[in-house]
Amino acid sequence: MISLSINGKSYSIETQEDMPLLWAIRDIIGLTGTKFGCGVAQCGACSILIDGTLTKSCSMPVSYGIGKQIFTIEGSSSNLEFLRKAWNDGNVPQCGYCQSGQLIAATSLLDKIEIPTDEDIDKAMSDNICRCGTYTRIRKAIHEAVELKNDAI
Amino acid sequence: MSNIQQINRRDFVKLFGLASSGIILGCTISSDKKEFVPQTDGKFTPNLFVQIQEDGNIILLASRSEMGQGIRTSLASAIADELEADWKYITVQQATGNAKYGNQNTDGSRSVRTLLEPMRKMGATAKAMLITAAAKKWNVEESVCKAENHFIINKNTSDTFFFGDLVVEASKVAMPAEETIKLKKVEDFKFIGKTLKSIDLKDFTHGTATYGIDVRIPNMKFAAIARCPVTFGTVKSFDSSDAEKTAGVEQVIALDRIVPPTGQFFGALGGVAVVANNTWSAFKGKLNLNIEWNYGDNHSFDTDKFKETLTARLQENGKVVPGSRGNVSAAFSNSEKIIEATYHVPFLVHAPMEVPNATAWFKGDKIEVWAPLQDPQTARAEIAHFFEIPLENVTVNVTFLGGGFGRKSKSDFVVEAVALSKKINAPVQVVWTREDDIKHSFYHATSAQYLKASFDKKGNVSGWLQRVGLPSITSSFKPISDYASGLELNQGFTNNPYDLDNFRLENVKAEAHVRIGWMRSVVHIHSGFGNNSFVDEMAFAAKKDPVQFHLDLIGKDRVTVGRSNHSFNSKRMKDVLKNTAKNAGWGKSLPENHGLGVAIHYSFYSYVATIVEVSVKDKKVKIENIWTTIDCGLVLNKDNVKNQLEGAAIFGMSLALFGKISAKDGAVEQHNFFDYQMTRMKDAPKIHIDIMDKMHEPPTGVGEPGVPVMAPAICNAIFNATGKRVRSLPLVDFGMV
Repeated sequence: MISLSINGKSYSIETQEDMPLLWAIRDIIGLTGTKFGCGVAQCGACSILIDGTLTKSCSMPVSYGIGKQIFTIEGSSSNLEFLRKAWNDGNVPQCGYCQSGQLIAATSLLDKIEIPTDEDIDKAMSDNICRCGTYTRIRKAIHEAVELKNDAI
Repeated sequence: MSNIQQINRRDFVKLFGLASSGIILGCTISSDKKEFVPQTDGKFTPNLFVQIQEDGNIILLASRSEMGQGIRTSLASAIADELEADWKYITVQQATGNAKYGNQNTDGSRSVRTLLEPMRKMGATAKAMLITAAAKKWNVEESVCKAENHFIINKNTSDTFFFGDLVVEASKVAMPAEETIKLKKVEDFKFIGKTLKSIDLKDFTHGTATYGIDVRIPNMKFAAIARCPVTFGTVKSFDSSDAEKTAGVEQVIALDRIVPPTGQFFGALGGVAVVANNTWSAFKGKLNLNIEWNYGDNHSFDTDKFKETLTARLQENGKVVPGSRGNVSAAFSNSEKIIEATYHVPFLVHAPMEVPNATAWFKGDKIEVWAPLQDPQTARAEIAHFFEIPLENVTVNVTFLGGGFGRKSKSDFVVEAVALSKKINAPVQVVWTREDDIKHSFYHATSAQYLKASFDKKGNVSGWLQRVGLPSITSSFKPISDYASGLELNQGFTNNPYDLDNFRLENVKAEAHVRIGWMRSVVHIHSGFGNNSFVDEMAFAAKKDPVQFHLDLIGKDRVTVGRSNHSFNSKRMKDVLKNTAKNAGWGKSLPENHGLGVAIHYSFYSYVATIVEVSVKDKKVKIENIWTTIDCGLVLNKDNVKNQLEGAAIFGMSLALFGKISAKDGAVEQHNFFDYQMTRMKDAPKIHIDIMDKMHEPPTGVGEPGVPVMAPAICNAIFNATGKRVRSLPLVDFGMV
């Protein structure tokens, strides 16, 4: 029995320890918001936060998550909510599939850098592929989220 | 002609499980033939439903698949506009695959251009019935009543009825005759031509949208399939003992190839399936299989050699294609100057972020599937055919698509899931790995083309010869053809936008050794690259400005009427080019090592011009700016069109910079996103989209027309910056990325 804490909730699951967190989260626990895109940490669709660190869940085993705080797109945080609002204002998604990972990567960026520059965004967001090509909107929405946050203070 | 009919409410409830009361309208149009490539003719068959509930909520049925093009929002907004509905009451429900909804094939950039009018009529009909109901209640003439923002208003008294409060009365009203239905004027549109955000935004930003891969059925299994590395190879023998020992694996099962019958369907490749209680175990078990293959006829396929073969064939005359005109040979012999060039585009793959996947449940006399499908009716017909179940016993549920780009028009992955469910007698989700997606797709064809043009003594273009060889989409359907079809050549080759008196197009043999399919923009990718690269070379040879040269070559204002109801208007082509040149500041002085390149293309009845600014430093190309103008007639959702064009620019960049599928010994060499690369955030330039205001013209395609201009505009910009001409894609092959 393995115990995982996801979005503040505790889950006890039975599974092999080498199963990537992605599949434990999706297939065993049933939180399907985190997506499979490549399986080799190349596209970022499976991005989650583990103890606040941006992680490609397709390439980390379940055992790595034991005793740590896991955060997925089903969760909520102050920065994620500002980003969601900005994503909405900017009508960012097309097919939407990669956007879970994009939002988690952007959350991680804002958690680390209060006011990111374009260069910061390039660096933080280039692990996340959007085949629909919504990059310019994502960039704009991240800047917008910062403004929304500043307006709220 | 459309024919609006009232649907029995109980039938509707049965179909969609809607329990609340309300009025339901259906709009049917006679069935259309299945189309497997974008059609030049816009004969269409929509069948859409609206249900208004007593609480005022309105449920609209989306008959087309949502793959990021915003169709659920766009179609719903067309109904809501004519209905004078308040958008906050609208929800959209996805239709299952069923011919009664008309043509549901979501490709060819055709949903809005074929469905806008029927959708509007449906909304207008509902509104007329609500007005009749209100007039009855007030005992006044209908002319006294008008609809506004979810209310019917009595113009004399200013009394109002909420839509929901008219539901019972409206249910008793007879359907008005279609000819009495009046549609709104462009000036009165409330949603059409404006911007409405995606109706699915909340789900997209909370991870709650259900894609195919997210479908969960009680007691379902998960499966991965090992397929032969060589297309149409078969299993000789296999040892499953290691796979069976893999934790979570339950069964290993051989699947035969399912060969499609003549002229239709996609079948399935077959292979060895690993069934497990989770996706990861299935993937891992698959890697633990030991399989010996019969590679079959395609075992020696080599894309480098094939490129040489095609290029050699371009030296000989091909089959002259209808649409050729004048006397090119005479023009060449009387010419002052001749230029020629050969261009290559490699095989490409769609690689949607959501891999192909399907969940199927074979229940003996019934089959139900859940899948991200662009063409659910073909999937349904295919399942009924192969598994010998009556069509009405096959239910195809359409989920959200995590990207489609043409890959999800082909239902092979659904057929696999049904075959496996039948064998294991349980619901099962077949998930392709990314490697499966890259290595076993229906590929966008490679092409080689040779262009030769002459200038007369006045410096005018006097003759144009174009030879093209590309494996045909028709090769995936029997009878197999070794030549591009007319439908394919009509995508930018026979119908380029130039005013040429002497024009000859020749079709060169090109066999298929992999499954050929269609990818976003299809053959326009080849014609757009060849035409625009060559015109840029001609402009340079003629020492003329490329934009002016394009304008001169498009020639005088003229309207060319084709077989479709959309004619080609050369003025609209020139106008988008002039507008783009203005937006890009064409002619301005540029920083050192920067260059501008231009391309135009007419596809899916839309006019597009793009100018790209690149910088080249240490031989590495960076795309700095992209300016695109589209004239797509009436715009249904402005910001959505903009988003599609931005996305098309990135999609076009990806194929120009990185896109290449190669094969050795019959097997595809690429694996995953590390060797089939995509444009990423750090590569994303500034993109400036402009949409021509043509609200009185019929709507034309949006999803695809932005792609074909990208590769040639980038290559022309590189030439402008460096003097180096790139005639073969992708740029990464030349160390330029």
